[in-house]
Amino acid sequence: MTSPVRVKTLRINDLDVSAREDETVLEIARENGIWIPSLCEIEGLSALSACRLCLVEVKGSPRLHPACVLKVEEGMEVFTNSERVAKYRRMILELMFSERNHICSVCVSNGHCDLQALAQMLDMTHVEMPYRNPALSVDASHQRFILDHNRCILCQRCVRVCDEIEGAHTWDLMGRGINARVIIDLAEPWGASQTCTGCGKCVQVCPTGALSEKGVSSGEMIKKRQFLPYLTTMREARR
Amino acid sequence: MGGYSALLRVLEEMRPMEVIEQMARSGLRGRGGAGFPTGLKWSTVAKAVHPKKYVVCNADEGDPGAFMDRSVLESDPRRVLEGMAIGAYAVGADEGYIYVRAEYPLAVKRLRIAIAQAERMGLLGKNIGGTRFSFHVDLRLGGGAFVCGEETALLASIEGKRGAPRPRPPFPAESGLYECPTIINNVETFANVPPIMRKGGDWYARIGTAKSKGTKVFALAGCVNNTGLIEVPMGITLREIIMEIGGGIPGGRQFKAVQTGGPSGGCIPAEHLDMPVDYQSLTQLGSIMGSGGMIVMDESSCMVDVAKYFMEFCMSESCGKCAPCRVGTAQIYEMLCRITNGTGTPDDLKLLEELCDLVRTTSLCGLGQNAPNPVLSTLRYFRHEYLTHIEVQACPAQVCKLHSAAEVTV
Ligand SMILES: Cc1cc2nc3c(=O)[nH]c(=O)nc-3n(C[C@H](O)[C@H](O)[C@H](O)COP(=O)(O)O)c2cc1C
Repeated sequence: MTSPVRVKTLRINDLDVSAREDETVLEIARENGIWIPSLCEIEGLSALSACRLCLVEVKGSPRLHPACVLKVEEGMEVFTNSERVAKYRRMILELMFSERNHICSVCVSNGHCDLQALAQMLDMTHVEMPYRNPALSVDASHQRFILDHNRCILCQRCVRVCDEIEGAHTWDLMGRGINARVIIDLAEPWGASQTCTGCGKCVQVCPTGALSEKGVSSGEMIKKRQFLPYLTTMREARR
Repeated sequence: MGGYSALLRVLEEMRPMEVIEQMARSGLRGRGGAGFPTGLKWSTVAKAVHPKKYVVCNADEGDPGAFMDRSVLESDPRRVLEGMAIGAYAVGADEGYIYVRAEYPLAVKRLRIAIAQAERMGLLGKNIGGTRFSFHVDLRLGGGAFVCGEETALLASIEGKRGAPRPRPPFPAESGLYECPTIINNVETFANVPPIMRKGGDWYARIGTAKSKGTKVFALAGCVNNTGLIEVPMGITLREIIMEIGGGIPGGRQFKAVQTGGPSGGCIPAEHLDMPVDYQSLTQLGSIMGSGGMIVMDESSCMVDVAKYFMEFCMSESCGKCAPCRVGTAQIYEMLCRITNGTGTPDDLKLLEELCDLVRTTSLCGLGQNAPNPVLSTLRYFRHEYLTHIEVQACPAQVCKLHSAAEVTV
């Protein structure tokens, strides 16, 4: 027998909900049809808490809390969409758009991009800060895939899926701050990678057009996200 | 002073709970930055039920210009080792690491010698002082990234991972090194432990103010006659430190501001020189205690330029993991560049404040959360300098080289 899991009751916005003690606020909100924006988080991978879009307010706490790692507590009162967090979320999105070169009209993921979709859902009408327009490279050395640093938002989904699901750990991060970027092996061309299995999981979880399959033109890269919950369910069933 | 006598006495006469009680009574707060009560941290780890626990000493000392920890490590490494061993005994740990920056070769050398000596004399290692208590210490060398001083990044670095912070909770006290309960304290914090054990928590608590106990070491630098390390009781005023101990401002110039708390501390102007130096007062003034940096500036400093300088540091030391810190610090820095080169606009000031608020509120770790302090504090106390740069394209201190507006448009 496994030890019993306790149930907690809490309130999200105006809704009373119950949750298992090991669940996060993001999970329980979703279960109850309450949408909290998130970008780095994806079901099936460990939480990173890097995009900071899922920040929510908790009554009695002056700080904001990332819902993806916020454990439920008895009697907790969570507000997912106050004016304050809505404003911060919009600004964080603006920062992401200003960081590199997100030119939707010529992007393979135009129309199927999580970043673009969030901008629409969060009513981001313009980017108030100047675009930084850095000069970034594209790696098309792999037979089937392309890495375009211009579209990368450093959510590290590729890093995590490759490490946690595929077990290859081909991807990692290099450099600090605004110069950080994803790398393959020890910053080698993708096509020369000794560790990449070519499984393509990284491409499918990438929220933007940073990772795509070769041969798609603008707007044609539709990603297959379903496999990830699938895989994790299968694993859990086997345990 | 009585090498390892406090440790031996503790092992002989005190139970772990009594050690923690003395720490709590002393009121000692962590000297690495956040000022968390050390006794409380230790008691959390002591209460954790886990077969393995660790003690980690944060000797990363990443603040530029700070050398408080270095001086302790180079001159009295045994005192730090003794403090760590007492901590290990109090919480039930048997293994510890000192994470020391590789740029401190002398400190590394002397720590190695001190560890070897202590092991030879049975004061570290197995069955210390003939008791059942064992504690092994090893060194880990840091590559000198500022963010690796942040506790969760430091622990990741010891584990051989990229030094990037992770969200807390869980705090290291609950899940730290290799997911075991871990006390992580600063060098100066550990160095305070042996005297507290020797003379008692109440003795220590008699020094300082109601909520900031004991003494604190500061690295006094910049435009003062006497620069260097000073150890002062908490609650002493900034004026006493700068004008008396520091001997005032050289060359008969005017004091303008003092920046406390390292690169992410705030700038405090002359009108607050009589504020006591303690955790609350510094926070109230928009600065922080930090690890004890103190940079004095005179009238020849431009406060916008100062803010830009520190923002550049935080921007390049951000780990790049969370979006607000990674992009926000770069946007703020670039905005300060525009203001200091004469191309800033009145709208920039509003956006600057909004961005600072965003980065402070939404960043993942203390680096981003504190990075806006130099900007926010100079906006609070020296707003007119920003306005002069923007409105008349002039730098009051004549530090910044501003283009005239006409030059820029061509
Ligand atoms: C960006 C950043 C850098 C830090 N650098 C240091 C450091 O160099 N040395 C240190 O002792 N603490 C540093 N800290 C504080 C640690 O995270 C942690 O609070 C400290 O090691 C706890 O020890 P204490 O309670 O004894 O202060 C830093 C924190 C941040 C956010």
